[in-house]
Amino acid sequence: MSGANLLVPGSRRGAAAMEKAVHGRSLWDDARRRLLRNRAAVSGVIVLAALVIAAVVGPHLTPYAYDEINKNDVWQAPLTGAHLLGTDSLGRDLLARLLMGLRVSLAIGLVATAVSLVIGVAWGAVAGYVGGRLDEVMMRFVDVLYSLPFIFFVILLMVTFGSNIILIFVAIGAVEWLTMSRIVRGQTLSLKQKEFIEAARAAGLTQGAIIARHIVPNLLGPVVVYVTLTIPAVILAESFLSFLGLGVQPPMASLGTLIANGAQDMELAWWLLVFPALAMVVTLMSFNFIGDGLRDAIDPKDR
Amino acid sequence: MLRFIGRRLLVALPTLFLVVTVAFFMMRAAPGSPFDMDRKLSPEIERNVMAKYGMDRPLTEQYVKYLKDVSHGDFGPSLKYKDKSVLQILRENYGVSLRLGLSAILIASLMGVSLGVLAALRQNRSTDYAVMGLAILGVCIPTFVTAPLLVLAFGSWLGWLPTAGLTAGLRSYVLPVTVLALPQIAIISRLTRAGMIEVLQSNYVRTARAKGLPEHRIVGRHALRAAILPLVSYLGPACAGLLTGSLVVEKIFNLPGLGKFFVISALQRDYTVVMGMVIFYAALILFLNLVADLLYAALDPRVRLA
Repeated sequence: MSGANLLVPGSRRGAAAMEKAVHGRSLWDDARRRLLRNRAAVSGVIVLAALVIAAVVGPHLTPYAYDEINKNDVWQAPLTGAHLLGTDSLGRDLLARLLMGLRVSLAIGLVATAVSLVIGVAWGAVAGYVGGRLDEVMMRFVDVLYSLPFIFFVILLMVTFGSNIILIFVAIGAVEWLTMSRIVRGQTLSLKQKEFIEAARAAGLTQGAIIARHIVPNLLGPVVVYVTLTIPAVILAESFLSFLGLGVQPPMASLGTLIANGAQDMELAWWLLVFPALAMVVTLMSFNFIGDGLRDAIDPKDR
Repeated sequence: MLRFIGRRLLVALPTLFLVVTVAFFMMRAAPGSPFDMDRKLSPEIERNVMAKYGMDRPLTEQYVKYLKDVSHGDFGPSLKYKDKSVLQILRENYGVSLRLGLSAILIASLMGVSLGVLAALRQNRSTDYAVMGLAILGVCIPTFVTAPLLVLAFGSWLGWLPTAGLTAGLRSYVLPVTVLALPQIAIISRLTRAGMIEVLQSNYVRTARAKGLPEHRIVGRHALRAAILPLVSYLGPACAGLLTGSLVVEKIFNLPGLGKFFVISALQRDYTVVMGMVIFYAALILFLNLVADLLYAALDPRVRLA
């Protein structure tokens, strides 16, 4: 905007200029700008993009399959033979297994987070919007679940129904939705007071439509932030289960199983532990950087 | 205050009840039984064994009986360890877990608070960046990565510390406690730094400065007390974190603690032992959350318990 006189209403030049000049930054433009200025977050995005590409494309490009047993090259150290990152006790190529493990871990992270997202947003939005006794009951339920030693229930669940991958998704997703529902409820409570909700109500929309069309889309900011922080938590939880031998079953690999197996064999073959551990740490860190960056960008209150 | 405690206990009871119920039916839904052996038992013997533990009755009847027993403090006998009751097993094994957990939380609080205060006082300088960088690493590296790596480095390669068991006395605690404490140090130092930065900008700290108090008194006496408040409410979740952490640590370092017992018992379908541990842990977490809330109220005069 070059000058105040351009904005005087009535003059045609002013109106045209205003249309051009005032087309300003929306909240999301602002957030993107802040995010792009955050070097840690940007490098997190780049690293994560590389990891995702590697996980999606990588397993098709490696010369060995992740479960291919090569009796002649067991315990090969990295860079000594045909295997870039070495092999394990069965002669399986570590690079192939690592890429596969990354794929499995990322997939579990995404799917379980999606499960927790759906439950958490629905639960929190309904409780917050309807309010009153229903809210009281629903949130008390969340409180009760919060104080359960959840990891024990997940362990029991895995023991009970055997470890299959779908169950891992569901079990972890079912654990992670609690915080999401609390965040969403808090946001909904404040959104519900806003004029546009009142307008929607005046226009005769049903409660369900208001929640789905007006409340949920406006929850996006905090939810996006929490999602980026949930994915690494889910990956951790799965790895933890796999570490205890209750997660992904061999010959399938996840970062957790690779670390667990590497820890067993580390005296003989350090690379089996070090490379998966490194992959895990880099993945978790990039998610955390992105999450922190997004929080700073979307929620300017904290800066 | 008393009313607050009373109300919290009233919420705790249904929570515990829910825990018992879900755990009971989940455990029983699992295929297999505690009496599965490598050698198949003859049907008569199996029937006798089941009858001995009352497991030939309908499930709901067993459940009601279990609830009744538990409310009298009777957790039943272990189904796998002959001649031991669940309470005996808990009593014999909680010591290691408790020592590990307590020393870890103590060390983590001391280190975390000092590092956090240091970073806050040197905000946006290299010390701050170094501490916060380490904290991010600490948050991102899970215990099951640090544990084997530290064992590899200090146990196998350098040979300074024992890698498993408790035979070397105090020295055998160094690595497990370090592994447990590291992520907590990271989180606590981040919390302390954030709290400290906020408090240092508050009016009463400015007043203290204006009064001409020496910096160490401002920080140590006035600011610190308010800055560590978020820490107190973190204690509840922290203990839950320590529990899961100690599952891993006890497994890797082969320590005879409760965490190791839990997974083994669950896999062996030792129903009563698993139930006993779930109840024990749930009660512990509820209790610690209550303590954290009371502490919070005691430290922060703005909080009124009603």
